[in-house]
Amino acid sequence: MEAIKRKKRKEKIVEIIFLICASVAVLSVLAITFFVFYNGLAPFVTNSYPLWNFLSGVEWRPDSNLYGIFYMIVGSVFATFGAILIGVPIAILTAVFISEMASSRIGKAIRFAVELLAGIPSVLYGIFGLGIIVPYVLKISPFAQGESLLATIFVLAIMILPTVVSIAETSIAAVPKEYREGSYALGASKVQTIFRVVLPAGRSGIMTGVILGIGRAIGETMAVMLVCGNPIAGIPTSIFSQIRPLTTNIALEMGYASGVHQQLLYSTGVILFIFIMIINFTVNKLVKQKVGS
Amino acid sequence: MDKKIKFNTKNLDLFYGDFQALKSINMEIGEKEVTAFIGPSGCGKSTFLRCLNRMNDLIDGVTIKGEILFDEKDINGDIDVINLRTRVGMVFQKPNPFPMSIYENIAYGPKCQGMKDKTQLDTLVKESLVKAALWEEVKDRLNKSALGLSGGQQQRLCIARTIAMNPEVILMDEPTSALDPIATAKIEDLMSSLKKDFTIIIVTHSMQQAGRISDKTAFFLMGEVIEFNETPIIFTNPNDKRTEDYITGRFG
Ligand SMILES: Nc1ncnc2c1ncn2[C@@H]1O[C@H](COP(=O)(O)OP(=O)(O)OP(=O)(O)O)[C@@H](O)[C@H]1O
Ligand SMILES: [Mg+2]
Repeated sequence: MEAIKRKKRKEKIVEIIFLICASVAVLSVLAITFFVFYNGLAPFVTNSYPLWNFLSGVEWRPDSNLYGIFYMIVGSVFATFGAILIGVPIAILTAVFISEMASSRIGKAIRFAVELLAGIPSVLYGIFGLGIIVPYVLKISPFAQGESLLATIFVLAIMILPTVVSIAETSIAAVPKEYREGSYALGASKVQTIFRVVLPAGRSGIMTGVILGIGRAIGETMAVMLVCGNPIAGIPTSIFSQIRPLTTNIALEMGYASGVHQQLLYSTGVILFIFIMIINFTVNKLVKQKVGS
Repeated sequence: MDKKIKFNTKNLDLFYGDFQALKSINMEIGEKEVTAFIGPSGCGKSTFLRCLNRMNDLIDGVTIKGEILFDEKDINGDIDVINLRTRVGMVFQKPNPFPMSIYENIAYGPKCQGMKDKTQLDTLVKESLVKAALWEEVKDRLNKSALGLSGGQQQRLCIARTIAMNPEVILMDEPTSALDPIATAKIEDLMSSLKKDFTIIIVTHSMQQAGRISDKTAFFLMGEVIEFNETPIIFTNPNDKRTEDYITGRFG
């Protein structure tokens, strides 16, 4: 009798330990969200800075009490869009090559390289961008500096490769072999089979990869900071313009800012947060759709 | 009058790695006949069938020896595989329509061969569906996903898709094994009508099916063809004791 009771109590304790562990993630999300929103919304609630000026301004001059982030939103969106435009086709073709074309040895070697790419710390991407990409951009740029939207796009395009490649590869591999056989049996070539049957059949998975890539690109800070130029004002007007993404704005100034300035850096975080939430929401929806169909 | 020989295999051996799945197969398959392959599971029926349109190319480690003559040309020699597969179509055991519309499923093969004209494609889609006895059931939903069809309809769609290529030969690997008796009957009817235009080779586990639809039957056992003859002879008066045992269910 005693023994059974003791066993039951032990089970209970173990269960509680599991629960506590599981709560860490949930509590962290809640805490970060609360913290960012609490501080970030404060200036607009207390009217120490007008929300509209914050959202629509194109200058960030803390000395003159000007805090506009519109040009940063534009910069972030352009950089992300450009990275997707260049990175996604490369990633998808890489995934196709690994899973459909390469011999298993070459496929493994490429997969290994892609995995390594995923593990490289982002500051190293930044150094690479600064040392190699920025000087190249400078050569073709009409401006006097190579730090630019274009350099940012290149760095981000490389950085999203691992995410998109591995998810695209998984979804391509999940396409039933019956589809491929059906296609070949109808006299389709390999390329036709890939582009007309395999990729469309794997599209929801590939889309998930793309959206995670967008999340990665929009949230990247360290690598981007070294190659984007971080101007204090101005909507980018060309791919050679400098940009100041939302992320680097926070990272550059949080260390010394105080008062309204600091709070508005949190507000920048709120905007970033909203972008990321939209992206996650979309991923969830896509994944559900896939399971549903 | 002698029928024309469509496929003629000579001493055909096939290995999956070290494992020999087909042993010295010699078979002449006549044009516009229905030939059935029967035999216990794992005896090499599918393997042999897949040799005929070179689907085994897709599997790593397959070696083939001997000759497979299609209209007297060796298909493992200097031929265009894509051309071969447009002339020798295949219907699989599990219905495998593509995840696209009914229309697109049928237009897929012709489009891959470069057919673009919309009216031409429309006509072809309709004709193929009519021949596959599916038109009446799907004519109002051509743009709906093919995955929404029942299993039997999906299989007829796969047949329609194959017919759309206007092949000379249609290979069918247990095309009705996933279907109920009514759908099976429909497909069997379909086969007897297709026989006028196409050479049909079918793998089946149903003796009744082989008996009903085929002109000739080959009995496979452990990678060998034990007996190949007119279907009535195989079923009433087989030469080999093993064939008799198999068809009377006394086998193994
Ligand atoms: N891809 C493969 N790799 C290795 N061995 C294979 C492969 N496919 C088939 N085999 C082997 O070859 C032999 C013949 O297989 P096959 O599929 O042709 O048999 P089958 O007569 O069609 O059987 P069933 O009636 O069950 O469909 C079997 O022993 C099988 O295990
Ligand atoms: Mg089989």
